Amino acid sequence: MLPTAWIDALLGGLLIGAAAVVLLYCNGRIAGISGITADVVSGDTGEGAWRLAFLAGLIAPAFVFGAPDVAFAGNLPWLAASGLLVGIGTRVGSGCTSGHGVCGLSNLSLRSLVATATFMAVAIATVYLVRHA
Amino acid sequence: MKVLTAFVAGLLFGGGLLLSRMADPQVVLGFLDVAGNWNPALMFVMGGAILVGAPAFLLMRRRARTLAGEPVTLPDRTRIDGALVLGAAIFGLGWGLSGICPGPGLVLLGGLTVQAFTFVAAMLVGLLVAGRLRPAYK
Repeated sequence: MLPTAWIDALLGGLLIGAAAVVLLYCNGRIAGISGITADVVSGDTGEGAWRLAFLAGLIAPAFVFGAPDVAFAGNLPWLAASGLLVGIGTRVGSGCTSGHGVCGLSNLSLRSLVATATFMAVAIATVYLVRHA
Repeated sequence: MKVLTAFVAGLLFGGGLLLSRMADPQVVLGFLDVAGNWNPALMFVMGGAILVGAPAFLLMRRRARTLAGEPVTLPDRTRIDGALVLGAAIFGLGWGLSGICPGPGLVLLGGLTVQAFTFVAAMLVGLLVAGRLRPAYK
């Protein structure tokens, strides 16, 4: 019997995959959250403001059912530094965990495989340095 | 119609992030902490997503049309350049510091915490600044 957390992770992953398929087949778009967010803050909400609708849907469950009560790692300057790096990195690298990790790998993209391997490796190294070095 | 389908896609994505616990920074850091008390559960998130996504993308590469028949251009799959690797590395550093990537960051706004707003505000600044500098590295 699989641990409950693994089953929830798998079911959550299936939902995320379904989200990518809906956006691809109905809107002809890649479900890349950093790219969609970047376009919205740059003022490009897309035809029919589909990007805004996607982001509204993304955050709606957490607003309706309540976001999980999580423990943040680090103080506010630490989180600000992290957010800044995440923003810069995903823009320069043209994608994040969703665009490269989910959609790119699903599309058997070598480019996304290189990006995903790189950000996974650097994130693992960063956690190692912070926690164990 | 496209607004509705985009909203539904967002709902599925946000629900998936909550259910899978990808939106919990401690779970993500536990997944990235391979030298510590490693929690492998999040492998199933990407696995589950690709299980659904891979056949759909395979079919889309041939069909190249939406359900409504509009042309779909998929992103380039082969170009590896410095911006891709450097950007991914910078993203990995930021992700490793907090355990929060863009989707979970936005989802965590629902908790109305100053921490979530701080992360997202800084992320938006980063996206905008790097977007402005885009001609220099593209």
